[in-house]
Amino acid sequence: MYLTQSKIFDLEKKANDIRISIIESLIEAKSGHTAGPLGMADVFTLFYFHILRHDSKNPSWPERDRLVLSNGHICPVLYATMAHAGYFGVEELKTLRKFGTRLQGHPHREYLPYVETSSGPLGLGLGQAVGMALADRMDNGANIERYIYCFLGDGELDEGANWEAVMLAGKNKLRNLIAIVDRNNIQIEGYTEDVMPLESLADKWRAFNWHVIEVSGHDFQALNEAVEQAQAIYEKPTVIIAHTIPGKGVKEFERDYRWHGNPPGSGPEDKIKKAEQGAVVLAELRTLGGQIVSEHQ
Amino acid sequence: MLNPQLKLNTKIFNEDVEQVPIRKGFGLGLVIAGEADKNVVALCADLTESTQMHLFKEKFPERFVQVGVAEQNLATVSSGMAAMGKISFMSSYAMFSPGRNWEPIRTSICYNDRPVKIIGSHAGISVGPDGGTHQAIEDIAITRVIPNLDVISPCDALEAKRATIQIAKTKTPTYLRLAREKTPIITTEETPFKIGKSEIYWMPDMGLAQVGIIATGALLYRAIMVAKELASENNGEGIKIKVMNLATIKPIDIEAIITLAKECRAIVTVEEHQIAGGMGSAVAEVLAQNCPTPVEFIGVHDSFGQSGTQDELTEHYGMGKESIKEAVRKVLKRKV
Repeated sequence: MYLTQSKIFDLEKKANDIRISIIESLIEAKSGHTAGPLGMADVFTLFYFHILRHDSKNPSWPERDRLVLSNGHICPVLYATMAHAGYFGVEELKTLRKFGTRLQGHPHREYLPYVETSSGPLGLGLGQAVGMALADRMDNGANIERYIYCFLGDGELDEGANWEAVMLAGKNKLRNLIAIVDRNNIQIEGYTEDVMPLESLADKWRAFNWHVIEVSGHDFQALNEAVEQAQAIYEKPTVIIAHTIPGKGVKEFERDYRWHGNPPGSGPEDKIKKAEQGAVVLAELRTLGGQIVSEHQ
Repeated sequence: MLNPQLKLNTKIFNEDVEQVPIRKGFGLGLVIAGEADKNVVALCADLTESTQMHLFKEKFPERFVQVGVAEQNLATVSSGMAAMGKISFMSSYAMFSPGRNWEPIRTSICYNDRPVKIIGSHAGISVGPDGGTHQAIEDIAITRVIPNLDVISPCDALEAKRATIQIAKTKTPTYLRLAREKTPIITTEETPFKIGKSEIYWMPDMGLAQVGIIATGALLYRAIMVAKELASENNGEGIKIKVMNLATIKPIDIEAIITLAKECRAIVTVEEHQIAGGMGSAVAEVLAQNCPTPVEFIGVHDSFGQSGTQDELTEHYGMGKESIKEAVRKVLKRKV
């Protein structure tokens, strides 16, 4: 479905609200991942507010699309997006990672049944998405209009299990399966090409009989068109390699792998002192990097 | 004597007792389960005939998925299908599944609590000539520690068939442990089987038992032979034994184990598995907490297997009849 300029503007505002919620929940939790959630906020926003067939008031609606989050450590963005989409109250985000919470440090369906799969240990989401796509096609035929989406990190593609799933999906021509790789070029210990080179990533997927689309993970129009193209591809699964900026929205965090696994308040101090990280980041997001100036200032 | 209530195979003591690989029972049971429920699907990692899943594949080709030699994917894809309402049966050799893919089983199947049935064929040392790499003797230990996962180890092909049909009806993740080699048929089509319930297969003709043997899997046959032979010693005044078939290792039949221990006050456990962490350990956990009792363990003593025939390896690793008899005599002396 085409995105109008006003809809894109709404999505951009929503994504910023979600980034603020991510940061607020991480500050409260005092642990968790920052760079990945901020980088994927635009992709999550587009999916939950435009692409996905879902109903937050009836989460187990059988006809819903399925979204499998494989790299579970970026769950602050999943939780924040679900809260803004109405699955639960935004206030609950402040329980992230605390004892008794539904918002476990990595998603667990037993606590939060709205997530399609529990995840955290890397490399297991795509295989489950392949199973879902196979089962759905078994029941409803190849022309089914329901899609199984799987979000993966790029660093997690080091896990061999992913390539077992990639191979099986290619063999079975699962057109109802669409993978989105968060190509942010970082993982815990550094840049992906230093830790374990992934390039040429698109060629790797093509070699396994997938259709490949490369797109900016921050351009709503282009992302939306990529998903529409993926849905139109027949006889192949599609992977959308979404090039994202880790830490997107906070210039001091952007492209810095040291923010992979630290929350504001515990990150590197060369740009902002730990004690000030939370306040500075929230101010930056609330003013969209200084673009919005209150008339009271 | 054989417990008459269980309608066991009375030909069990004949030289020419019928012998069938336990995995065959799984293959037949899966077809019956598939006929009963169209949501039953089967997945295999390039060992379809070897695990007897080919019977299902031939009958329901549209419900069979070949994943190739990829056991991690076998687990995750099975889980994904179960998320869409399927009852997934996934088969390979026990060494590779749940061996190779333990963590995908834990996270994608058990943590998600999805109805996936993990069929581990060729378990134990009785795989024989293939050698130690293929002899899964750690699988009970690594599966029984996973929450939500049932663990079942049938004693013969008929029990494997019944177990397969029954686990297809539960929503619980389940590990079904199967052996490759031909195994004497102990039960009949009429013998009862219920997940989580043990049965006393052998009991003294009269009076209380002096020793309780708790066995699981194919070695149950040897345990029954031992009980019969020891009873007939001293002109029929030998050691009185009860033999329990503990087919379900998890959830374990706590009540029945305590009852047996209270009667006998001496227990021998028998399994084709490492002693550490296996069925015997599970029994000992129950006894230590509820009814401290001397236990002797028959199983593999912290070593890998090797090539050989089933009988050679069973004797070499201390799981043959003489070893079981020795354990019975030893535990009798430890009785307090």
